[in-house]
Amino acid sequence: MPRILLSGNSAIGEGAIRAGCQCYFGYPITPQNELTEYMATHLSRRKGCSFIQAESELSAINMVYGASVAGVRVMTSSSSPGISLKQEGISYLAACQLPAVIVNMSRGGPGLGSISATQSDYFQSTRGGGHGDYRTIVLAPSSVQELADLTHRAFDLADRYLIPVIILGDSMLGQMMEPVEFHHEVPRRLPVRDQALRGAHGRASRFVKTFTSKPTELEEINWSLFRRYRLIEKKETTCESSLVDDAELVVVAFGIAARIAKGAIRKARSNGLKVGLLRPVTLWPFPSEQVKKTAARTKHFLVFEMNMGQMVEDVKLALDGAGEVGFYGRPGGVIPTPSEVFRVVSREYYQRGLSIER
Amino acid sequence: MKQVYRRPHSLKKAPFHYCPGCGHSIAHRVIAEVIDEMNLQDKVIGIPPPGCSVFAYHYFDVDMVESAHGRGAAVATGIKRAFPQAIVFTYQGDGDLAAIGTAETIHAANRGERITAIFINNAVYGMTGGQMAPTTLLSQKTTTTPYGRSAQLEGYPLKISEMLALVKGTVYIERTAVSSPANIMKTKKAVRKAFQTQIDDLGFSLVEILSPCPVNWKMAPLEAWQWIEKEMTKEFPLGVIKDVTGK
Amino acid sequence: MLVKMIFAGFGGQGVLSMGLNLAQAAMLEGKHVTYLPAYGAEMRGGTANCTVAISDEEIASPVASAPEFIVAMNQPSQVGFQHHLQSGGLLFVNSSLVEAKIVRGDIELVEVPASRIAEEMGNPRCANMVMLGAFTKKTNLVCFATLITGLESTLQSKKKLLEVNKEALKTGYDFCGAEP
Ligand SMILES: Cc1ncc(C[n+]2csc(CCOP(=O)(O)OP(=O)(O)O)c2C)c(N)n1
Repeated sequence: MPRILLSGNSAIGEGAIRAGCQCYFGYPITPQNELTEYMATHLSRRKGCSFIQAESELSAINMVYGASVAGVRVMTSSSSPGISLKQEGISYLAACQLPAVIVNMSRGGPGLGSISATQSDYFQSTRGGGHGDYRTIVLAPSSVQELADLTHRAFDLADRYLIPVIILGDSMLGQMMEPVEFHHEVPRRLPVRDQALRGAHGRASRFVKTFTSKPTELEEINWSLFRRYRLIEKKETTCESSLVDDAELVVVAFGIAARIAKGAIRKARSNGLKVGLLRPVTLWPFPSEQVKKTAARTKHFLVFEMNMGQMVEDVKLALDGAGEVGFYGRPGGVIPTPSEVFRVVSREYYQRGLSIER
Repeated sequence: MKQVYRRPHSLKKAPFHYCPGCGHSIAHRVIAEVIDEMNLQDKVIGIPPPGCSVFAYHYFDVDMVESAHGRGAAVATGIKRAFPQAIVFTYQGDGDLAAIGTAETIHAANRGERITAIFINNAVYGMTGGQMAPTTLLSQKTTTTPYGRSAQLEGYPLKISEMLALVKGTVYIERTAVSSPANIMKTKKAVRKAFQTQIDDLGFSLVEILSPCPVNWKMAPLEAWQWIEKEMTKEFPLGVIKDVTGK
Repeated sequence: MLVKMIFAGFGGQGVLSMGLNLAQAAMLEGKHVTYLPAYGAEMRGGTANCTVAISDEEIASPVASAPEFIVAMNQPSQVGFQHHLQSGGLLFVNSSLVEAKIVRGDIELVEVPASRIAEEMGNPRCANMVMLGAFTKKTNLVCFATLITGLESTLQSKKKLLEVNKEALKTGYDFCGAEP
């Protein structure tokens, strides 16, 4: 299939349909409306598929819950304030081990905030987000192509590990257009998950529940969740690294910030500064091992985020004192330029007295 | 020289940001005139929603507090209970009041909260770019009903005012439009009566205002006025829907 | 080589589709490209603009803080964007609607009476394509033929519109050539 020019929001929609997504429930919120609209246009009239514009995000996520119980591939999308509303439902999905894909084209906060790009939902996404002891897989793409690819992977991961998967983008990724290539065709037959509730036809009835009056039973449920989480950490952690092998200073950044950092690093390299990049693709599970391994080469890290410092805590946890971590962040929806980040990178570089290639 | 037209005191000296032909500006002005005439400027607390009117506090020269999407009636309840002397009004779109905020609205109405809801029905979600609202007409095209709203898939236009009329706590509900000078005058009368209902401590009042959104309807402003009168009023007839104020 | 540019004007003047068509052509020529429409509540009913970045290598940021080229289809954009232009950059103005007013000495002005040309062609809505034709001639960022190929694929189903747009592109392209 040839490359086409698509916006991030449309790429997710197309990626989802090609991954066999059968149901989509959403509620309008900027900056992800184009995704909802894409599904209204391309999914709503598809055989066996359903699109609903719900009356709220609370309602939308509970529709997702229902469709997932019934065994189909299902997605919802929103942006930060709406994702806050969905947390209740995400907690229930996690508790019942139900797969679902939840897209957060995040925007500035707190409150109604702004509609421009920030990364201030890192904590909310990687710490579960709702009530209770659970995690969701969090994927952080940094280009439109990657949005398309990771959307497909999100559905696979959700089904394989019976877990809600969050795609954490931002308003710029959603709006911008880039060339995209899709590697999958829409599956002809969509398998229904084994444990789906579709009536006890020909088998004993079963139920899906979260409530229990026995602490020991809930304890075992939590243990089993976390046994699965350990497995996910072992198998699915993904991180891109570039120019790290000879780097004296390693920048850690994710999503759109990582792109900007790459521009800065290119400039730094042409000035003889040996700077590399680690870009976590899965934010949970966080690539702690990779960060730790890098510290065997250099102790010098700089975390760059479009927030006041969230992922930087995971970097510090991973290093456990084994590296010196600087931080640069801009919140509120201001998009830093590569030149700006280059200035920060070189300042750190000189202040730490790192060697320069002449 | 006699002054025949001026900015109401309850409006700040700020130009509206609304699109050409948008009904919000007219509704704002009407409400501000009523606040002036009833001498309520220092008693009113307004609650604008997320929606095109999210910046209403830049225009109204009265106390205002922004609410989360759809939660206006709940916020208004809190204010009124905490400070009953205030004249509290919510200003809500059809997505805000009739979709995400339906629960809050119905329950506030049912408790007979002494608050006034100004309900702007423009048959679409304006701010987010013209998606379907609960009030979207059948076969009306919006960005999320690209093939036209179908009853089978998306249900029917929701008549929230008629529904609320069945709720015991409501005392005055009227539907008006800002689609002609005569209708604008009627809107003003209705807003005045709704505020009076609140002052008289009678119960929940609501004024539904059919309001043009030329940009999202993809019409010229005049066409949009005509569409309200010809099409919208068929589904949403104008007039008093409930009045048990005894006045 | 990385080049960034901004197309700006009133909503309805087709500034977004100028950017989109150029981005499409750049993609067809195998280049890296990003297209970023300006976005926000303040955009509704008012002005519109988009940023295009074209490069031989991965593009870091799709935002242009100092673009090489600016196309101003209306007066407010000329005023608003001129200061952002890179030193030595080119400012294209739709001289039928914009009274060109350069307030700095280090940029070059390209005046194209796009609206008038489009009107003379009997298609006033095509001013954007006239401008894009002129822009392409002057900047040489993509081949004219690729631009046409791209347009053909986007307007596949609208034959008449396609012809009108092609003609407008060509006229704009030739207009720029006619100048010394
Ligand atoms: C929890 C949450 N979900 C979604 C939104 C996005 N949003 C802002 S305004 C709006 C609806 C606007 O439509 P309406 O209430 O009809 O008012 P109008 O803009 O037409 O005046 C939506 C969905 C939000 N702010 N918060």
